[in-house]
Amino acid sequence: MSHPVLQVDGLHKAFGGVQAVADVSFAVSAGEMLALIGPNGAGKSTCFNMLNGQLAPDSGIVRLEGRDIVGLRPRAIWRLGVGRTFQITATFASLSVRENVQMALYSHAGRLRSLLSRFGAAFATQADALLDQVGMLDQAERTCGVLAYGDLKRVELAIALANEPRLLLMDEPTAGMAPKERVALMELTARLARARNIAVLFTEHDMDVVFSQADRIIVLDRGVLIAGGTPQEVRANPDVRAVYLGSAH
Amino acid sequence: MTLASFIIQLLNGLAAAASLFLVSAGLSLIFGVTRIVNFAHGSLYMLGLYGAYSLIEFFGRTPLGFWGAVALSALAVGLVGVLIEVLVLRRIYRAPELFQLLATFAIVLVIKDIALFTWGAEDLVGPRAPGLTMAVEIMGRRIPAYDLLLIAIGPVVLGAIWLLLTRTRWGALVRAATQDREMVGALGVDQAKLFTSVFFVGSVLAGLGGALQIPREPANLELDLAIIADAFVVTVVGGLGSIGGAFLAAIIIGVAKAFCIGIGTVTWFGFEISFSKLTLVVEFLIMALVLVVRPYGLLGKPQAAQRAASEPAPPLQVPSWTFALVWLALLAIVPLVADRYATILLTDIVCFALFSVSLHFIMGPAGMVSFGHAAYFGIGAYAAGLLLKRFGLPMEAALLLAPVIAGLFAIVYGWFCVRLSGVYLAMLTLAFAQISWSIVFQWDSVTGGSNGVFGVWPAAWLADKTVYYYMALVLCGAGIVFLWLVLFSPFGYALRAGRDSPLRAEAIGIDLRGFQWAAFVLVGAMAGLAGAVYAFSKGSISPSSISIAQSTDGLIMVLLGGVETLTGPVVGAAIFTWLRDVVARNTEFWRAVMGGVILLIVLLFPQGLVGGLKLLVTRWREQRA
Repeated sequence: MSHPVLQVDGLHKAFGGVQAVADVSFAVSAGEMLALIGPNGAGKSTCFNMLNGQLAPDSGIVRLEGRDIVGLRPRAIWRLGVGRTFQITATFASLSVRENVQMALYSHAGRLRSLLSRFGAAFATQADALLDQVGMLDQAERTCGVLAYGDLKRVELAIALANEPRLLLMDEPTAGMAPKERVALMELTARLARARNIAVLFTEHDMDVVFSQADRIIVLDRGVLIAGGTPQEVRANPDVRAVYLGSAH
Repeated sequence: MTLASFIIQLLNGLAAAASLFLVSAGLSLIFGVTRIVNFAHGSLYMLGLYGAYSLIEFFGRTPLGFWGAVALSALAVGLVGVLIEVLVLRRIYRAPELFQLLATFAIVLVIKDIALFTWGAEDLVGPRAPGLTMAVEIMGRRIPAYDLLLIAIGPVVLGAIWLLLTRTRWGALVRAATQDREMVGALGVDQAKLFTSVFFVGSVLAGLGGALQIPREPANLELDLAIIADAFVVTVVGGLGSIGGAFLAAIIIGVAKAFCIGIGTVTWFGFEISFSKLTLVVEFLIMALVLVVRPYGLLGKPQAAQRAASEPAPPLQVPSWTFALVWLALLAIVPLVADRYATILLTDIVCFALFSVSLHFIMGPAGMVSFGHAAYFGIGAYAAGLLLKRFGLPMEAALLLAPVIAGLFAIVYGWFCVRLSGVYLAMLTLAFAQISWSIVFQWDSVTGGSNGVFGVWPAAWLADKTVYYYMALVLCGAGIVFLWLVLFSPFGYALRAGRDSPLRAEAIGIDLRGFQWAAFVLVGAMAGLAGAVYAFSKGSISPSSISIAQSTDGLIMVLLGGVETLTGPVVGAAIFTWLRDVVARNTEFWRAVMGGVILLIVLLFPQGLVGGLKLLVTRWREQRA
């Protein structure tokens, strides 16, 4: 396998005296779906926010295709080819679905500074192609503010794909969705990731989704990585069983 | 400065801080619980002063009469606060926040005219406090005993509020609601009662702050907006919702002002610096400094995230060219069929329409509410006038350079403003407007001070009112069309995207602050153009063109028409300007009439006039279908 898209080495973060993330290291390769799981409060979100630029680590290295991205702002990290979806969807509620995707395309092309051209004239076909891939083309004209939650998640995915990312960071991508929709969304993600050779890192509470869609799983507990491997290996790992089921089992 | 004069200035400052703290504490309490920025809070302070004056006259100038009047006046103002809450605000808690703001503007107008009707336009000088008229000698200087009493009252009231907040069930509810209003509602607390009681306490504090000032300051009709600016500064510097912060900030600002007066003019390294002229500016400088270092004030905390997301703004609709052309044709015909007076009024309307549209641009689609938009209108007006009179530029050049200068100021002011959001941002814009105002007001040798600049007439070919109207229509119309086009450009869409979700905007590589800063400059220049066109149409410029009243007029225009439509601000500007003209010609009490009309509109059309009419049309169609 070629060298990984995302390489994390010795990530540390403490809040006051609480060590939220301690010495976390892992890597994600192109086309691979890596799930980061762990009980509530394990440090998943902290870990995530250090990768996307929202939070500065105390120490450690985060490399994107070999380049250190620690200290960069989220928008700079996006420019390097990282797409994101949020635990609570963040879309532009007053714009249409198509315009939401076009916004990302305009930004990617560096064409948002124009004052007098009409927005929406460019990138309509590209936007529609992306919406088609996530199954939202039939709702392209609708305003995001009126969409159902599951549809918003798919719009987010289309937005995240707009800058031809090398890496997708998905924080709880299926939170708030109906169980059936969850697997469907992650199947779609996996299919797109493999087709476009994108590395995907996601956190997830739904174990059906994790064990059916992830190529590899890493398990975080109280800020420390306690296990990692294929779904079968993680399922069999006694430490993981202890964390999730309690030590008595 | 000797030690003695240092102590004296310190005591002066502390005495001035007392009332400032009372008013600000009330404002902070009300904002903390209801999230309403109550512009009418200064009016309550003013009523406290007037009330105390009348009651002392009634009771007689005895110690009992004086203190009875002060207490009764404060309580009466508390009841006025309850009336405001029950009759107006309670009906619109579900309306957008900006509409609640509009309602409080209307209340300011109504109360001002009630005061004018009841007490007249003359300043009323109250008596000194009976029994406390002597002075106490401190380090060889004489300090009024009443000032020492005021210095003591501040901490006493702070202690009383602290006890109320920490030792009573009511206080626990207030603190809880300040932290998380939704949760308190979810726990089954009767919000209506809580809000009413908070309004009562907050209004009593404002009334008391006013009543206690009666021996120090004459009651007059300008106090309402003057004190509300001070109180905003204090609450913001201290941190919204923090009573201790308000106390600290009131002392800092009271003392800083006193020292500015006390120091007077000093010569440093050959430069003459007049500190007394800084008095009007110093609080705003402190506020700008504090907000840049601590965006939530000295003792404030970031506001709790609102769970129930507010209604997303509806998508903007493009006005059609036919629509625009029909209106343009109508406006072009008016001077041919109407009299000179109508032409002059229309010129005003055209200027204010651009002013209002530029304000709408920044507060609606760009999501940054400005309480100080008059800064750019006024700077544009003054720039035009001064370039003509002091620099001898031709009128045409002055007119075209004025927006550039307003834009330059917006570059400076905007740099600070885009670092904040929400109420703090709004307050900072107000601060910059007030800084501009006080510079203009005090720099006699250049700006003409309170008199303003005269003889700002257009070039000969524009001297005719009709010709000037056409030029105003072309320039302001072009400005409006330009701003509308920008709203539908990639730049405008990026601003709307940033307003909808700053998080997502950042996550797709948009440098939101940069865009917002550019937007600030853009609307600043356009407001400056409106101001310059206005200045030449009037022939003179006064500091009122840069005042808080001018800023709130702009807000009223935008909100009256409706912030969610493009044409709303134009309609709002037209109706407001026209109505004010008609009413002012027929009654001295035009403010009360305007306020009443605005209140009526707020209560009947919580979406603004244009939005409300659209809703009516939709309903009517649905009924027919």
